[in-house]
Amino acid sequence: MRADRKGLARFFMPASKLILDGPAIQRALTRIAHEINERNADPAAVALVGIQRGGVHVARRLAALLQQIWGRPVPVGILDVTMHRDDLHQQLAPEVHPTEIPFDPNDKTLVLVDDVVFHGRTIRAALDALIDFGRPARIQLAALIDRGHRELPIKPDFVGKNLPTELADRVIVKLAEADGEDGVYLEKP
Amino acid sequence: MNWPHEHLLDIESLTAAEITTVLDTARAFKAVGERAIKKVPALRGKTVVNLFAEPSTRTRISFELAAQRLSADVINFSADASSFKKGETLKDTARNLEALNADVIVIRHSASGAPQFLSRVVQSHIVNAGDGAHEHPTQALLDTFTIREKKGRVAGLNVTILGDILYSRVARSNIWALTKLGAHVTLCGPSTLVPRVFERLGCRVTHNMDEAIAGADVINLLRIQHERQRKTMFPSLGEYTSLFGLTRARLARTQPDVLIMHPGPINRGVEIDSEVADGPNSVILEQVTNGIAVRMAVLYLVCGGKGPQELAG
Repeated sequence: MRADRKGLARFFMPASKLILDGPAIQRALTRIAHEINERNADPAAVALVGIQRGGVHVARRLAALLQQIWGRPVPVGILDVTMHRDDLHQQLAPEVHPTEIPFDPNDKTLVLVDDVVFHGRTIRAALDALIDFGRPARIQLAALIDRGHRELPIKPDFVGKNLPTELADRVIVKLAEADGEDGVYLEKP
Repeated sequence: MNWPHEHLLDIESLTAAEITTVLDTARAFKAVGERAIKKVPALRGKTVVNLFAEPSTRTRISFELAAQRLSADVINFSADASSFKKGETLKDTARNLEALNADVIVIRHSASGAPQFLSRVVQSHIVNAGDGAHEHPTQALLDTFTIREKKGRVAGLNVTILGDILYSRVARSNIWALTKLGAHVTLCGPSTLVPRVFERLGCRVTHNMDEAIAGADVINLLRIQHERQRKTMFPSLGEYTSLFGLTRARLARTQPDVLIMHPGPINRGVEIDSEVADGPNSVILEQVTNGIAVRMAVLYLVCGGKGPQELAG
């Protein structure tokens, strides 16, 4: 009887586990910012590009942290990859969000930022989308969470946390700017 | 995000939310046309057929460019050079195009309802590029997009549509789109071309030009369609111009920030004076630019699959 009720509860509400709380997210981002600093000798050549939608706020936070380290503002662009996806025929046409690259990407080091790296297909689309804007000197990849299950040969340069997951799990990143709280959760189906 | 349709056949059957989805999507696609590389791979590998059984240059070119900017392959099939002249029926033509694996058929036809008919006999996505005097949905969407871009909203605006309403598919589609989005629509022109029956669609009808344009936020001028009129509906073009032509003197009696729109081709000196068409209130050329973005959005939306939307990492 008890077990049944527990089973029902699990059915109606997926088990959600807190992986990173607010301070842990901020520590992870601070570490990424320092790694970006170590890898890039010329701060003037670095710009961040957040992938719509989850990557945008992560990119803005990284930019603020880098500004503390470098003492200068770091340009942030936002990139929507919807038009570069390869699965339009499989789903209802996804919502298209704006892309804004408010700097010249030619000869810059662009750090592509996403909240979660999973299949790698979004990153593939983002690389295609980004190259339409110019020819950056190099592109690096930063992600708050790497949850594995890559389907393409893509590896982030900077990772906040490597999180082993099952394929059917959901990783939910909440940031105060969009969701009113900071937290990374793992949901089992 | 709200778009459950495989085809774009008319505006009448769309909801306000669906119209807004097209306009929002078009805004993102407009930005693509402003980049150095004006092309995205959203429809890579798809084939778009422009099936134009009626002469058209600007709409066909606009659809062609829209499809190309989405990386689709485009075939143009026009009335004068095609098998229509040899007696093939529309159904047979369309089934032949389907046999060539056309993913989208963009159709213009002199018969109202031709796109609806096609959507029942072939599997391809159908986009109506103007059918008889029925509808021209992408023109209404680009007009609405231009109004929203310039005025920041559509709801509550006073929009006057001037000219040949009776024979105009542009007018019908615009009336549906504008009233669904909450604009107040006034129709004006000779009484033979602007019958009172349009009041049933929620429009104000007047045959007095000064009354029609006073207080208008937008004036959309329609061309007198000589080719669609079997008999003369007004005494002379000269009389039409003196009663309904948009001159600088008349423009001076409207609001200073009124938008002047025209779907083209314009007849300078008939429905609009040259200095008004080229003046600061005119957004006629911006309508052309926006037409490509809106048609990209429509092609993108109708090509969406049936699965649930998901954002894969």
